[in-house]
Amino acid sequence: MSSIGELRKIAIRPRRTAGAARGRARNPDNKAGYLFLAPWLIGLIVFTVGPMLASLYLAFTDYNLLQPPEWSGFDNIVQMFGDARLWNSLRVTLTYVFVSVPLQLALALAVAMLLDRGMRGLAFYRSVFYLPSLLGGSVAIAILWRQVFGKEGIVNGFLAWFGIEGPGWISHPDYALATIIILHVWTFGSPMVIFLAGLRQIPEMYYEAAQMDGAGKVRRFFAITFPLLTPIIFFNLVLQIIFAFQSFTQAYIVSGGTGGPSDSTMFFTLYLYKEAFTELNMGYASAMAWFLLLIIAAFTLLNFWLSKYWVFYDD
Amino acid sequence: MTTEQPVPTLTRAEESAMTTTTDDTLAVVLPDAGEEARRRMRRRSSIRSVFKHTGLIALSIVMIYPLIWLVVSSFKPNNEIFTDLGIFTTDLTVDNYVHGWTAQQLPFTVFLGNSTILVVGAIIGNLVSCSLAAYAFARLRFWGRNAYFAIMLGTIMLPFHVVLVPQFVIFRELGWLETFLPLIVPKLLATDAFFIFLMVQFIRGIPKEIFEAARIDGAGHARIFGQITLPLMVPALATTTIFTFIWTWGDFFGPLIYLRTRENFPVSVALKGFIDAQSSSNYGAMFAMSVVSLIPLFLAFLIGQKYLVKGIATTGIK
Repeated sequence: MSSIGELRKIAIRPRRTAGAARGRARNPDNKAGYLFLAPWLIGLIVFTVGPMLASLYLAFTDYNLLQPPEWSGFDNIVQMFGDARLWNSLRVTLTYVFVSVPLQLALALAVAMLLDRGMRGLAFYRSVFYLPSLLGGSVAIAILWRQVFGKEGIVNGFLAWFGIEGPGWISHPDYALATIIILHVWTFGSPMVIFLAGLRQIPEMYYEAAQMDGAGKVRRFFAITFPLLTPIIFFNLVLQIIFAFQSFTQAYIVSGGTGGPSDSTMFFTLYLYKEAFTELNMGYASAMAWFLLLIIAAFTLLNFWLSKYWVFYDD
Repeated sequence: MTTEQPVPTLTRAEESAMTTTTDDTLAVVLPDAGEEARRRMRRRSSIRSVFKHTGLIALSIVMIYPLIWLVVSSFKPNNEIFTDLGIFTTDLTVDNYVHGWTAQQLPFTVFLGNSTILVVGAIIGNLVSCSLAAYAFARLRFWGRNAYFAIMLGTIMLPFHVVLVPQFVIFRELGWLETFLPLIVPKLLATDAFFIFLMVQFIRGIPKEIFEAARIDGAGHARIFGQITLPLMVPALATTTIFTFIWTWGDFFGPLIYLRTRENFPVSVALKGFIDAQSSSNYGAMFAMSVVSLIPLFLAFLIGQKYLVKGIATTGIK
């Protein structure tokens, strides 16, 4: 059961009726429970809830770390509406999220379906496909990517075989974002492993029955595999979208810390980082952070709402 | 798979997804088909299998080629890296490693040491704090448990940017900038909720009778946790250790903000020095140190692959 599934379970659990057993009988471990939970609770208050409220306050202030924050009302929000660079960074981020996540998941699912149970070389393929997803978030791989897609890199070396002279992908505003998207798709190994586990849970007899009824491969995919896999696809989609919105390292390193060329890889998080830690506009950065939270929350809710129409739960 | 504790969060089907079977029969056995039809079927499926393996091997090469190129290039003389893009070469040298080691003013040993301290601190923090919280969520009944649990799951999905600025201010006020504390202390307070969830899932799968028997024998929660739960959840602790290792080793954003002097840099931030304009011509050294930074991750992958696969298959998060 995934974290998404757990949340769904909590949401649909029937409320206890009033007058049910209360107090000690229902909560026999109150003291021990809070003792064991103490580190997490302290962390929650000190590092999550407290800072969240503080940044909500800072979003309405002018704050540069050196002087105390100064209340500025809705100035930051008004400024955000007129900030062309911010809207551009949002456009870049949305493009990245909604191209790279579906591509990555589709590839992960396709490869997972090719890897049959007990086929020869399964462990080898799984390792080879999984390894990039472990390394993909590191600075070293982003550095490598700059060279792979550089003017003299191996991509252009490959294209030269066909007589094509490729551009410097990293330094071209039309292609720089695409290289980061490819980097994300390259890490399809971890959702693939999740899909593999999901595929193994589909009872073999469903396929046998369908085959006996004369269902072809395509029919079997759409009638059995896909519906039974939709909960897994769904939680992958939700989480990958949430995490993709927060991508930072790859854009930072691939663009050499600039978000360039001409802001074409200026992710929202990269712009936020610059506002906060190079411009010291901490108030504005806080407002941006809350804007990001609202965007992510909106897309997550939309995702849950849409799930009614395509996700199949057999409970 | 047989020698270790059962992994209750996984089904048998998932287990078999992790162990490899050597059985490679792909032919479908049809119940009433004749010998001829069966033979034709087998031939067709073997052709299909050849196609499939060709495709998968091609994909494997595309996936792995950049990594191999990185490693080979790190052993090439600097002027040959981009003139000869192939990976078959005899002209190999370790010069890049020698030069790269000191190219960022301080020897790489310093950066490796800093990364190691961060990793060890984060692992200890996560193991201790997350296991305590997980035991409470999975086995204890206390007021507000379900609400806390939902909040905990919610924090996994919370973008950390909404706490970024105030956290920075807190650590600045405490005088912790340029120390490792901002990157380690939060782990001691279980801020990596992902691992709590992973451990909760695991503890829930341990048979309840074990805990009940311990209760009847008069063991308190401290003892049940320390002497029964912890030893039984070693696989979940191993998964936590490996993931924490990989994430902390690769973490870039945290150190970028909190550690701004060179002698405090972990490997990830030190590598960034190679792409800053003034030193960008020494590709060989850059590649060599990139390889150095990836070796620990690669070793973690080799040693812990089983636990990594389990971790993501259980929780659905990479």
